[in-house]
Amino acid sequence: MTIDHNEPDVSELLAPFDSVEPAVLQRLHDRLAAAAAEQHTLDIAYRTVDSPIGKLLLAATERGMVRVAFEVEDHDAVLQLLAEKLSPRILFSAGRLDPAARELDEYFAGMRHNFDLPLDFSLSRGFRLSVLEHLPHIAYGHTESYAQVALAAGSPRAVRAVGTACATNPLPVIVPCHRVVKSDGSFGNYLGGTEAKRTLLALEAA
Amino acid sequence: MEPKKPFELIVREHGPTVLRVCRAVLGPHDAEDGWSETFLSALRAYPELPAGANVQAWLVTIAHRKSIDIVRTRNRQPVPVDVLPVSHSGLGIPGDGHAEVLDAVGQLPPKQRQAVAYHYLAGLPYKDVAVLLGGTPDAARRAGADGVKALRTILVDGSVSYVKEETP
Repeated sequence: MTIDHNEPDVSELLAPFDSVEPAVLQRLHDRLAAAAAEQHTLDIAYRTVDSPIGKLLLAATERGMVRVAFEVEDHDAVLQLLAEKLSPRILFSAGRLDPAARELDEYFAGMRHNFDLPLDFSLSRGFRLSVLEHLPHIAYGHTESYAQVALAAGSPRAVRAVGTACATNPLPVIVPCHRVVKSDGSFGNYLGGTEAKRTLLALEAA
Repeated sequence: MEPKKPFELIVREHGPTVLRVCRAVLGPHDAEDGWSETFLSALRAYPELPAGANVQAWLVTIAHRKSIDIVRTRNRQPVPVDVLPVSHSGLGIPGDGHAEVLDAVGQLPPKQRQAVAYHYLAGLPYKDVAVLLGGTPDAARRAGADGVKALRTILVDGSVSYVKEETP
């Protein structure tokens, strides 16, 4: 039953319908995102921002920032995972992320030392969540070792688990896992790459 | 089973087709409202859509229902209207035939207009078109064929601007 589409003259007849202006679609998309946010059906809004450590994906639920992702993580893959773990009701929408984009700009300009953004930790549980909740207490320009963080999070022996918690931090930069370094002072691994960690620590040391 | 994509990808992938369908069924004036209502409604229901469902057919079904609502509200009378108001909205590049085709489609009886939109613009098989229109697949196929024939008459044979090229 594919004969139906074997009608080139019909396609020709209807060809003028093919042209759909990108500007119109853009306007309709933005209108959709705004209306969805108003009706509380936009579960996750996202946008990207440029930064000294590459393009960052920012995603937020109605409760707050839920994800910051580095380019190396593959933004499409990150959005797909959010769809599976939280909700597929995801739209590109700058508005909800404007405060985050602004604060990140200020941070990378060296003008901001603390983020003042609502955070949604839906993606983290248990000990990892305890670790993430401790990280903002490491002050700008300071570092702690994985062992110190383990102690602060209530499980002094869980040094490796602290490493895992940092490596799976859904909100890097904003939740400063880059301030956790090895006991010997070397950087340790970083999801955004060692170079990104070096950049952030250098920025904060300036 | 394929996991559900972010809705953003659904909008990007199917937004143009839904707009074409809305333009054909509703005319240029109400097409954008039809598009918006379709995707707002689809977004609300998206988490419940079974994985692996035919997304385009699902969207066209929603667009069909929303179009009926819009026409009903606009006209305060049973739907769909027989003839869409003729409107030169400046859609498309002048001379590309966009406005002409929209006008011509607007002159079709509602079932023909819908059959042409759902089958030829959205690619729905006639058995699915029949579900939307009510009636048999054969009736839907006839409506589509009659619609195309009528369009051809209006656009080609009936158009004064149509000049057959002479062979030198």
